[in-house]
Amino acid sequence: MSEKLPSVDVLVVGFGWTGAIVAQELTDAGLNVLALERGRWRDTPTDFAPTFAQDELRYMWRHALFENLAHNTLTIRNNISQTALPMRVMGSFLPGTGVGGSGVHWNGQTWRFLPSDLEVRSHVTRRYGARAIPADMTIQDFGVTYDDLEPHYDRFEYLCGTSGTAGNLNGQIQAGGNPFEGARKRGYPTPAMRQAYAPTLFAEAAAKLGYHPFPQPSSNLSEAYTNPLGVQLGPCTYCGFCEKFGCGNYSKASAQTTILPVLMRKPNFTLRTEAEALTINRDSTGKRAVSVTYVDAQGREFEQPADLIFLGTYALNNVRLLLLSGIGTPYDPRTGEGVVGRNYAYQRTSFVNAFFDDKILNPFIGAGAHGMHIDDFNGDNFDHGGLGFLGGGYLGVLQTGARPIETHPVPEGTPTWGGAWKKAVAANYLKTTTISTHGGVMSHRGNYLDLDPTYRDVYGRPLLRMTFDYTDNEQKMAHYITDRAADVARAMGPREIKVVYRDGSWDVVPYQTTHNTGGAIMGADPKTSVVNRYLQSWDVSNLFVMGASAFPQNPGYNPTGTVAALAYWSLKAVREQYLKSPGPLVHT
Amino acid sequence: MRAPLQRALVTGLLSLGILVATLSLVAIGLSGIANGQPPSATSGPYPPVKDPDVAKGYYVAVQGDCVGCHTVPGGLPFAGGRPLVTPFGTIYSANVTPDKDAGIGRWSADDFYRALHEGKAPDGHLYPAFPYNYYTRIGRADSDALFAYLRSLPPSPNRSPRNDLPFPFNVRALMMGWNLLFLDKGEYKPDPAKSAAWNRGAYLVEGPGHCAACHTPKNLFGAPRTSRDYHGGDIGNGWYAPDITPNKRTGIGGWSDEELFQYLKTGRNVHANAAADMGEVVAYSTSRMTDDDVRAIIAYLRDRPARADDSPKKPDPAVMKAGEAVYVDTCAACHRMDGAGSMAMFPRLPGNPNLQQPNPGTLIRVLLVGSRSLPTDARPTPATMPAFNWKLRDEQIAAVATYVRNSWGNAAAPVDVDTVTKMRKALGADRRTLPDGYPTDMHHPNPETVSSPHTDSRQNGTDQAGTAALGQP
Repeated sequence: MSEKLPSVDVLVVGFGWTGAIVAQELTDAGLNVLALERGRWRDTPTDFAPTFAQDELRYMWRHALFENLAHNTLTIRNNISQTALPMRVMGSFLPGTGVGGSGVHWNGQTWRFLPSDLEVRSHVTRRYGARAIPADMTIQDFGVTYDDLEPHYDRFEYLCGTSGTAGNLNGQIQAGGNPFEGARKRGYPTPAMRQAYAPTLFAEAAAKLGYHPFPQPSSNLSEAYTNPLGVQLGPCTYCGFCEKFGCGNYSKASAQTTILPVLMRKPNFTLRTEAEALTINRDSTGKRAVSVTYVDAQGREFEQPADLIFLGTYALNNVRLLLLSGIGTPYDPRTGEGVVGRNYAYQRTSFVNAFFDDKILNPFIGAGAHGMHIDDFNGDNFDHGGLGFLGGGYLGVLQTGARPIETHPVPEGTPTWGGAWKKAVAANYLKTTTISTHGGVMSHRGNYLDLDPTYRDVYGRPLLRMTFDYTDNEQKMAHYITDRAADVARAMGPREIKVVYRDGSWDVVPYQTTHNTGGAIMGADPKTSVVNRYLQSWDVSNLFVMGASAFPQNPGYNPTGTVAALAYWSLKAVREQYLKSPGPLVHT
Repeated sequence: MRAPLQRALVTGLLSLGILVATLSLVAIGLSGIANGQPPSATSGPYPPVKDPDVAKGYYVAVQGDCVGCHTVPGGLPFAGGRPLVTPFGTIYSANVTPDKDAGIGRWSADDFYRALHEGKAPDGHLYPAFPYNYYTRIGRADSDALFAYLRSLPPSPNRSPRNDLPFPFNVRALMMGWNLLFLDKGEYKPDPAKSAAWNRGAYLVEGPGHCAACHTPKNLFGAPRTSRDYHGGDIGNGWYAPDITPNKRTGIGGWSDEELFQYLKTGRNVHANAAADMGEVVAYSTSRMTDDDVRAIIAYLRDRPARADDSPKKPDPAVMKAGEAVYVDTCAACHRMDGAGSMAMFPRLPGNPNLQQPNPGTLIRVLLVGSRSLPTDARPTPATMPAFNWKLRDEQIAAVATYVRNSWGNAAAPVDVDTVTKMRKALGADRRTLPDGYPTDMHHPNPETVSSPHTDSRQNGTDQAGTAALGQP
């Protein structure tokens, strides 16, 4: 039996980036907000102080900041003919847990989606005709446009202090920025990071080939910054420990370094850690959420009532909570009907190593979002006519810090162990760089999420089951952009290059990206989406679902900027419309 | 002036007590606040005030930083019970809410004025841990307003624990002697030769602000050594309240008026982040003062005689080299190679008076166990220095302390290893588990700021998060 607790105005489930943004906005609106977080309290000085934060073994290899798979995991298969098995060791993606969520160990890569990314079905149909979209490719428009989101992208970038060079200011293309980006109303709050040697060589070679290199927009800050809430960030030291690490220098934007110092002092905000949500409970009509049942670290169950509920857990967990709570019709890949779990997508990555004899590249200098890229082959920035695929990705040298356990690049033909391997590592470590590609994934009828029929978590609840593989579209896209990366690599003048396409089925073992998207997607039609354009559940109007679970497909960018922009977009509608007149914000 | 005979008699009586006391009398301080955590700093009176007389009293309470000592962490404001560790024993602050039994509900305005003015409560003598030797400068009207403010608070039945004082310090009547010797009773008398702002500053500093309680060294009896006013004082637990005279190297002489203003209003400037006791002073007192009052304080302090400079001993070049290596490896990431730091986040080290105090206590303490800036409305980020007790040996800490005290034009006596060893032991930073139960190692790096190890999720939400986010300064 669960103990029933006093009701609150707003209950936030999951306390990462979106949870903190929701709580900040709605406490500002005068509401009492309670956040439930399954993990522990974490803060810069207590959990990732600069005296020990740069510990590759502890964080990268022993997964100190990530989800505990013995507690909860998911099962995985490539297609419906297989039996899914539990992921018992993390590899391909690394969801976090604890206060700040995955936003603690992110890289700080802060992108905006292209205007065409947000309206991809309409855009492709317009440019190439409806027949360009294969029958099983279930891509659809987000239901919001770039112009809708622009002020909210801006809001997030100014919260974080994002460092970058604008490429398009009010329609005017700017030298040194990304000329393909949507128009921004003002420049980045801080200048782009300084670039190390390898990204500089990449940019020179790319420019020589007629491409348009620009610095990675970075929330590892180039200089000290005080955000509009009065919260301060320090300048990045290029220590090379961002991805999979917390930042000890207050230099990487996270909930801890941008929002919590203000939010935690508010009397109308409460955070309850080590509180894992089990189900969302509804009233007898099924159209109104009344409470969330959660379990604490001692295994005690509580029922927390609230007027308004926001899901802000990791994308995969949002979908699972909806499925476990019976909210929305589960997706069926056989019929193509149902919505919850539909359009799960991921990303497609590959890389090219370039080995030099005459250049010392000091690859240990780095930051999570430090590098130079080209966007010439992302989204629909290039003509796909005759190419046989849709979408693309950015590519470039992202120098995140060649950490010693992880980084030992060796040329083709080197033995995989022993004296010759060691010699090759020593010879090449300082003189090698990598051009990586970061490609999108178009959603597909066969890629989806549901509940596993066999495996259960520590509380006896079914695990989430992921059915996913790359389609022909992604394989062709990856080959095409990897070949372009190889072109630039050769133009950098190395001794030799090594091209890794990562062909074949999606493999859960090597790390690729923690950009799992979809499953609770947004859209204009309740038959093909779980939430409306304001991230409000079609079925339960006092439930909002934040996060990348709302992406109908996964563009070729890191998701955090758009996740945050969508949260601000949704909260604007909540503040200006919903609170005045609770109920559906979109009528069908 | 007091009669020498009188002084000798009382001195004899007190000396007897000191012989009995087993506590070290090297570090004389009266205001080391133990394991405390103040209520979170938010703007405005707690609770909000409407009545103008009460509002006036609230502002007197702000000037005196009353809430700092009279509140326990997470407790009802002014309900008392906060332990004040003194060399003579532990004194618990009084409940000053209007509860008739536990608080001051039965007091009259006369009783209250006498307490401020003479250190006498209706039921006996107060200890000067309650700084009546400064509050005596407060005028009757302000005393009455403060009393009205306290009367407006919700009463709390909280009873403070009994003071933990050994004989003879537990004999309150002993304070009669202390008062005869050291209490210079009387309201503030303006100096007509000085400006109104100067006089206002002098009143705030010498009276309710009781700055000298920390910033002036004390004698064996815990009374200020007035010949060294504001030269800096050891306040216990390793903290050294720095010189605040206009001395350019160790005092405020190197800070501009604007920098002093930033520090007192926001707790930060390019040179320093207010932490620990001074963090509270800023959060609860100076940041809530009017801009004019803060400027008056600055005008007065600027006009005081500077502490005479000394020429410190030169450091050993080998130690400087070792210290530089430690600095580059462990400090430069935040404070930068050139010590420039980052405004209001990581203090600038060149010319930094906190580094150059004759007593290196604060520097050693902060290196060993870290420190956390107290958040203010203007500067909510609780920027933190991590603890190095688990990472650096005594020789390394002494070397890097000597290095930062003598680089970039700084000059101060070298820090010897023995001093660090003693401080490490005194703070309990020599053990894997600190006295308050927190382990200290690379997984629990900062005993100053680590959150409570609760597992009860109903209790560990706000409380736990608040502990770490707002934290013990």
